[in-house]
Amino acid sequence: MTQEGAVAARVQHLTKTYGTGETQVVALDDVTIDLMAGEFTAVMGPSGSGKSTLMHCLAALDTADSGSVMIGDQELTVLKDKALTRLRRDAIGFVFQSYNLVPTLTARENILLPLSIAGRDPDREWYDAVIATVNLADRLDHKPNQLSGGQQQRVAVARALVSRPRVVFADEPTGNLDSASGAEVLDLLRRSVDEHHQTVVMVTHDPVAAAYTDRVLFLADGRVVDELRDPSREQVLETMARLAA
Amino acid sequence: MIRASLKSLLARRVRLLLSTFAIVLGVAFVTGILMFSDTVQRSFVALFDSTVGDSVVRPVNSDVAQQGAVFSTQTVPASLQPDLERLPGAARVDGMVSATGVYVLSTGGKVVGGSGPPAFGGNWNDAPAGHGLEGLVILDGHEPHGADEVVLDESTADRAGYELGDKVSIVTATQTLDVHPTLVGIAGFREGGSLNGATYAAFDTPTAQQLFLDGKDAYTVFWVTARDGVSQEELTEQVAAALPEGYEAVTGDDAAEESAGPLLSGIGFLTTFLLIFAGIALVVSSYIIVNTFSILVAQRSRELALLRALGASKKQVIRSVQLEAFAVGLVGSTLGLGLGVVLAMGIRALVSSIGLDLAHQPLILAPRTVLAAFATGIVVTMVAAWLPARRTGRIAPVQALRDDVALPESSVRRRLLLGVALLAAGIPLALVGLFVGAVPHNGWWVGAGVLAVLLGVTAASPVIGRPFLRATGAVEARAFGPMGRLAGQNSLRNPRRTTATASALMIGLTLAFTVAILGSSAKASVDKAVEDNFIGDYVVSSAFGEGFSPAITDRMAEIDGVTEVLRQRYGFGLLGGDEDDGLSIVATAPETIGDFHLKAVAGSVSDFADDTVLLKEDWADDHDLGVGDTLEVTLPTGAKKWRVVGVVEDSPLVFSPVLTTTQTLLDSGFPDQDNYVVVFADPGATGLQERLDAVVEDLPVVTVKDQQAFAAEQRAPIDRIIGIIYGLLFFAVVIAVLGIVNTLALSVIERTREIGLLRAIGVSRRQLRQMIRLESVVIAVLGAVLGVALGIVFGVTLMYALRDQGLERISIPVVQLVVFLVLSLVLGVLAAVFPARRAARLDVLRAIAAD
Ligand SMILES: Nc1ncnc2c1ncn2[C@@H]1O[C@H](COP(=O)(O)OP(=O)(O)O)[C@@H](O)[C@H]1O
Ligand SMILES: [Mg+2]
Repeated sequence: MTQEGAVAARVQHLTKTYGTGETQVVALDDVTIDLMAGEFTAVMGPSGSGKSTLMHCLAALDTADSGSVMIGDQELTVLKDKALTRLRRDAIGFVFQSYNLVPTLTARENILLPLSIAGRDPDREWYDAVIATVNLADRLDHKPNQLSGGQQQRVAVARALVSRPRVVFADEPTGNLDSASGAEVLDLLRRSVDEHHQTVVMVTHDPVAAAYTDRVLFLADGRVVDELRDPSREQVLETMARLAA
Repeated sequence: MIRASLKSLLARRVRLLLSTFAIVLGVAFVTGILMFSDTVQRSFVALFDSTVGDSVVRPVNSDVAQQGAVFSTQTVPASLQPDLERLPGAARVDGMVSATGVYVLSTGGKVVGGSGPPAFGGNWNDAPAGHGLEGLVILDGHEPHGADEVVLDESTADRAGYELGDKVSIVTATQTLDVHPTLVGIAGFREGGSLNGATYAAFDTPTAQQLFLDGKDAYTVFWVTARDGVSQEELTEQVAAALPEGYEAVTGDDAAEESAGPLLSGIGFLTTFLLIFAGIALVVSSYIIVNTFSILVAQRSRELALLRALGASKKQVIRSVQLEAFAVGLVGSTLGLGLGVVLAMGIRALVSSIGLDLAHQPLILAPRTVLAAFATGIVVTMVAAWLPARRTGRIAPVQALRDDVALPESSVRRRLLLGVALLAAGIPLALVGLFVGAVPHNGWWVGAGVLAVLLGVTAASPVIGRPFLRATGAVEARAFGPMGRLAGQNSLRNPRRTTATASALMIGLTLAFTVAILGSSAKASVDKAVEDNFIGDYVVSSAFGEGFSPAITDRMAEIDGVTEVLRQRYGFGLLGGDEDDGLSIVATAPETIGDFHLKAVAGSVSDFADDTVLLKEDWADDHDLGVGDTLEVTLPTGAKKWRVVGVVEDSPLVFSPVLTTTQTLLDSGFPDQDNYVVVFADPGATGLQERLDAVVEDLPVVTVKDQQAFAAEQRAPIDRIIGIIYGLLFFAVVIAVLGIVNTLALSVIERTREIGLLRAIGVSRRQLRQMIRLESVVIAVLGAVLGVALGIVFGVTLMYALRDQGLERISIPVVQLVVFLVLSLVLGVLAAVFPARRAARLDVLRAIAAD
């Protein structure tokens, strides 16, 4: 749905600090990134390097101190809460590390939730495609507590995809999963990019997960310190080792 | 472990605040109701304690006249005083003159107090009341001296609009007294306290004797005050030994009890109600607390599970929960006790505005109340905390560590079974009480049955409520879209919590409806009784049934358009001299007996003459009396024997089972006064009301009423009691609603994470607020529907149970009920305001990170 080569999201000179004085932490330090449409991007870096903060700022869940954030051609920093809410609803999908499904709703209802909140009917074809992609057809009427972690996370991904957002952000989506379940989720994200030209940005610690992506950004102390294209597991490991040294 | 639980307590400040608030609310409710109820009762008894001395000397049988509320001419001579003063146990002897029916007119010419509490007149003195209690003292001005000076009690002077130096109008129902002395003093109790709306006018002794005792050098009673160390009993023995024939001495305690007795049984219904209400307060409070803690522990289950996973035993977990509950309960009870005092003040003010003058009555905080407060706050809280903690203990730690905990369904089923069992026991119990005449204490059966049904419905409500919640959920989903559906699902997620919250409101509304139906039916029954009994066109009567001069009746009989007047007089005696068997007597002139159209069952109405009586059939049967037998009664002038000349069918016109002649009552020591006159008029006569009013113009206590006005007056005392009850119920409903606010707020906190998630995927603040509001409405509607249904069933059931006691009409006040219903829905929406705002304000990221 998005044009190849176009910029799906962009941050420029983004800075965010927490606290003041001695306890001050610079979470993002003048970060500038372009995220290409139809690309699967991984964000890596040691714990505390600012990955989640970056994702939250991009996904309109949080605001930065300075710099600009754009989703498509919409500048976020000028928007008020109402417009940001609408943007989150229509243009952004977010997958949390800990699934975060609504426990009262079935898998199907959870997936359709963003649409029903917006009062939109699902695009039948797209919905079927998403369901087919997440491979959950026989589990749709189960409540979250009847699903495994991997299944819950796939429901969460489906929920992020169903409104056809410009970008899907995923913060350590496989962090709570065993490797087999994690692989299912990564495969799902990969296919959404390949088959549906979805733009996906994912935070991960796992070089195997990073190897699923088209591009890896490395963060350290709130800065982008390195970048890989079409990475392999070995390349990622190597870069990580080099940066840690 | 202890430190861990205390830390977890302090770490969750909002939660702590809300759970403490629930306890404070519950305890305050119980405390307030108990305090108020003690205060009401004390206020009635206190009045009588301060109106008797250590030992009271009075004519034998004077209590007969007193009970009949008829002015007695019986006195004790002043010449007894020196003998009494010589007694070794007597510190002092004071002669008291007292009379009832002495009305103070306001500056506007109206009787102060209206037809409510009694109006006393007497002589001023500073005799101490029994047990050295200080009686009334002069608060302002000085004691009365001479025929032109009077002292009034504070509240009377206030209500009448008199200040020191004003001329006060004082009258009696008869024309025997109509004076205008100057107000020289204001009397009152030094520590506060009131006469409960009674009025009191005091003169100096000679004036009082002149006004109330025909100038005899005598007193109504003597108060003998005991020397230090002499008990009331010892003193009274000495006094009794010194008294001549015809006079008796009773201890002050006995005298107070005697005179308070009829009043206390008169407000017995109110007392019983207050007690029941205190019980209900306890139930509602327990609900709120149990509810709150079941939410808290459900929320804490993950934390507890973590402790279990780290190796804490079940026992340790439960103990830590209990410790936490104890600490919170202690703090909550203490605060609740304080708030309860404020609440009691509020109820007192409310009730005072309805007409029961308690404003000067100090509130009573009995040890029992404090005990009940802490028992509610601590015991209920600990039980409330223990129940869900035990439930948590039953699920495996791993399971509890998962995102959301599904509590075992079996406990819901058990609740249903319990509810069904209670219903199965309660319904037959109530039915037996209602329809099987043979069982003793029908009322208790019905009461127990109704209580069992109430508890049964409450216990089963999670199951009973489920289809309802489904239905409202569906309606909301249709009407409000996705947020409506979410709201419906949230209510269904923990039906136990939803319905328990609704139950608090349900109980409040059940009560309100029951009482509304009782009240409305009581009113309707009075109206019907009036309709049935009202003959003629007007009735002439005075505030308390006190008499008025027969000259009034004579003048009315002469008015154009009046075809006939029918006089009745009231007397009161003791049947065969038995203290407990009071008997009211009605008298009329033998010439007019025909106007009553009495149907004789035995004997003949035409034999009706002096010293004879006609008896009503039922009463005669009960007492085994027939024509030719002798009826023995004790009257102010002593024992009398009256011959029964006829037994007649019941007639609503005759207010008592015994009818004798006017002269017979006069001979028995009752004054020459009419009490109740029926006026018959020409159908065509106009302006009669005005002309009749003109006759009683100078007698503010005597009124002429047509049927409508008469019915309204008969209803007044009922209206007042209903008013008090409504006041209390209002508080109950307010507490229930605050309970809902609390529960909703907690459920918002519990769902912090979920709410954050909803916001993250694009739910707007407005939508979120709407969702919470809808949830609240569901709770309110559920509570209201159950409350309405139960209230109507209970109201009608109780009315049916009371059908033998004169409440024969069942009336359902539809408008009032609809108002209640709408009000509870509005309150439901308002209850959501705070929690909804809190939910909408949550910071998205922080909410998602919350656990
Ligand atoms: N709400 C917050 N308050 C204070 N400091 C924070 C907050 N969120 C994150 N930080 C700090 O900002 C830095 C970056 O955090 P984060 O973006 O979560 O890192 P990552 O996701 O890469 O582990 C860290 O040092 C963290 O301690
Ligand atoms: Mg992170």
